[in-house]
Amino acid sequence: MRAIVCIKQVPDTTEVKINPETNTLIREGVASIVNPFDTYAIEEALRLKEQHGGTVTVLSMGPAQAKEALKEAVAMGADEAVLLSDRAFAGSDTWATAYTLAQAIRRLGEFDVILCGKQAIDGDTGQVGPGIARQLQIPQLTYICRIQEFDPATKRVRVERLLEEGREVVTCTLPVLLTVVKDINQPRYPTFTGIRRATRMEIPTWGAAELATANADYLGLKGSPTQVVRIFNPPARGGTVTLFTADTPSDGAAQLAERLLADKVI
Amino acid sequence: MSKLTISADLCSACGSCVDACPFGALTLEGDVPEVSDQCTFCGACVDACPAEAITLERDQAADVADITSYHGVWVWVEQFRGQACSISWEMLGQGRKLADQLGVPLTACVLGHNVRGVAQEAIAYGADRAFLADDASLAAYRTDPYAAVLVRLVREHRPEVFLLGASARGRDLAGAVATDLRTGLTADCTGLDIDPETRLLRQTRPAFGGNIMATIICPNYRPQMATVRHRVFEVPPADTARQGQIVQVPAAMGEAAIASQVVDFVMEAGQVNLADAHIIVSGGRGVGGPEGYAPLQALADALGGALGASRAAVDAGWIPYAHQVGQTGRTVKPDLYIACGISGAIQHLAGMQTSKVIVAINKDPEAPIFNVATYGIVGDLFEIVPALTAEFKKRLGK
Repeated sequence: MRAIVCIKQVPDTTEVKINPETNTLIREGVASIVNPFDTYAIEEALRLKEQHGGTVTVLSMGPAQAKEALKEAVAMGADEAVLLSDRAFAGSDTWATAYTLAQAIRRLGEFDVILCGKQAIDGDTGQVGPGIARQLQIPQLTYICRIQEFDPATKRVRVERLLEEGREVVTCTLPVLLTVVKDINQPRYPTFTGIRRATRMEIPTWGAAELATANADYLGLKGSPTQVVRIFNPPARGGTVTLFTADTPSDGAAQLAERLLADKVI
Repeated sequence: MSKLTISADLCSACGSCVDACPFGALTLEGDVPEVSDQCTFCGACVDACPAEAITLERDQAADVADITSYHGVWVWVEQFRGQACSISWEMLGQGRKLADQLGVPLTACVLGHNVRGVAQEAIAYGADRAFLADDASLAAYRTDPYAAVLVRLVREHRPEVFLLGASARGRDLAGAVATDLRTGLTADCTGLDIDPETRLLRQTRPAFGGNIMATIICPNYRPQMATVRHRVFEVPPADTARQGQIVQVPAAMGEAAIASQVVDFVMEAGQVNLADAHIIVSGGRGVGGPEGYAPLQALADALGGALGASRAAVDAGWIPYAHQVGQTGRTVKPDLYIACGISGAIQHLAGMQTSKVIVAINKDPEAPIFNVATYGIVGDLFEIVPALTAEFKKRLGK
């Protein structure tokens, strides 16, 4: 069994703060982390490996420092890691990112499953997973909250998808691309031996030259159909809070209820 | 290759660009900022520079498509078990405005089984035409057969704009369709308008957990595709007298060629669709444990609302993940959001701060939730929430 996990290094948005004077993001000192949803994908791949044997390969596209994210996955137990990094990849939108990752997966060779987080917490698009699946012409199953059955021998998988109305149970053939939600598992911590292995591991970096099948017109900003034309701060929520202070909870509740009914939001 | 250049002659080392960069790609140590390879060429620094010292050369797309033959605005109408999802009507309402501005027709794409009624409804909600793919293989949503129908229809009829809801199914489908069509897709838009000069669709969306907004265009490829967040646009009034054309189209994949089967659907007991809810009563760490949700549920029931939760409460195992509101949960935009015992971490705010009215009930008067709240009560939620429930029951005559 071979699982490939696509991960992204993102700024830890739990530490992102807004400068109240300039109303801009303060990024100084904000740590880079593995996208939280991707940690569930790594964990699920490691569990599949524990059940079925085989290997887990982690793949990331980003600047040189994204190696740290790959090392964290190795420290958790991934067997091999590849970084896609090249100035030619810079400015990629989701189309170009999915295309580039798919070319790298082609180079990696045979696999049973590709796992991705449902979305990255910086971009929040959820588009790269489906993009990779379509580029590779394999089926995709998104928002997975549980893998019920996974059988590399018969090449069948049975999963639960978390949708707005409930959980949908779907069967599918392998190879397949799965994107996972937080509910699926509790990611393990890196082990001491894992950290030692990750520290020593030489992680190969592939650029455009290493992706023999890639069409250079589809890479980076040049290969990206979308363009960001403006970045701005969201309009601040207007007004300040009106506090209801009363002697008793029921008086406060009554005042609040009256106001909400007057506002016609109920 | 695309390039960002900062002129040493013009630069005053004021640092405005460093502050403006959403990607942390600029650092100022010497006289002129350094650009790291984190730069995505978004242009935020160019706009921010008071000295006009920054120039951005963007590579032009190499395989520019012939975009002049693309015409019309399309909306995918999502349905679940034959019932249209309200997000589809919101998009038809906004699609109608965009189509009128462009002077082009509005088309709805209805896929499913025994869903002719949904196509009829789409006309009532503003479509001039509805494509109807009605086939047993399309009964439950599956990516491959749905994408195959839409890709074929787009290739044949060439719309310039194609909108889908940013629901689980909509995002799944849009990502597949845009990949096959080699066109741009903007996720989770909260704003859509037409640039009157270029006729381009301007797509505005939050990023970094709602900390910044980005406007995105797709100048060289068609259709311009976007998924649109729920409850951003109003559902237009339905006009059953409206006339429109329903065009039957066949499925594009045989059942034998489809790799997946939907074998079951589990509606969770007590599960409420947060995305659709007009009122959400949400509880955080202050709720104290699983049993602490009982008074919140009672208030939600009295108001006909849904039950939400913060990440802290979900991580503690007090309530299932399906209830989680915030960056790693669901993004919601109800008319009324009642936050009980929720401090208001930035990730939680990212998921609910566009709610119309926010009520904060918290013991701590310094809790950040009060900064975004419309109304607040400082106090014990276990006293205030039951009092509110009793008050609403009395006033709503229940």
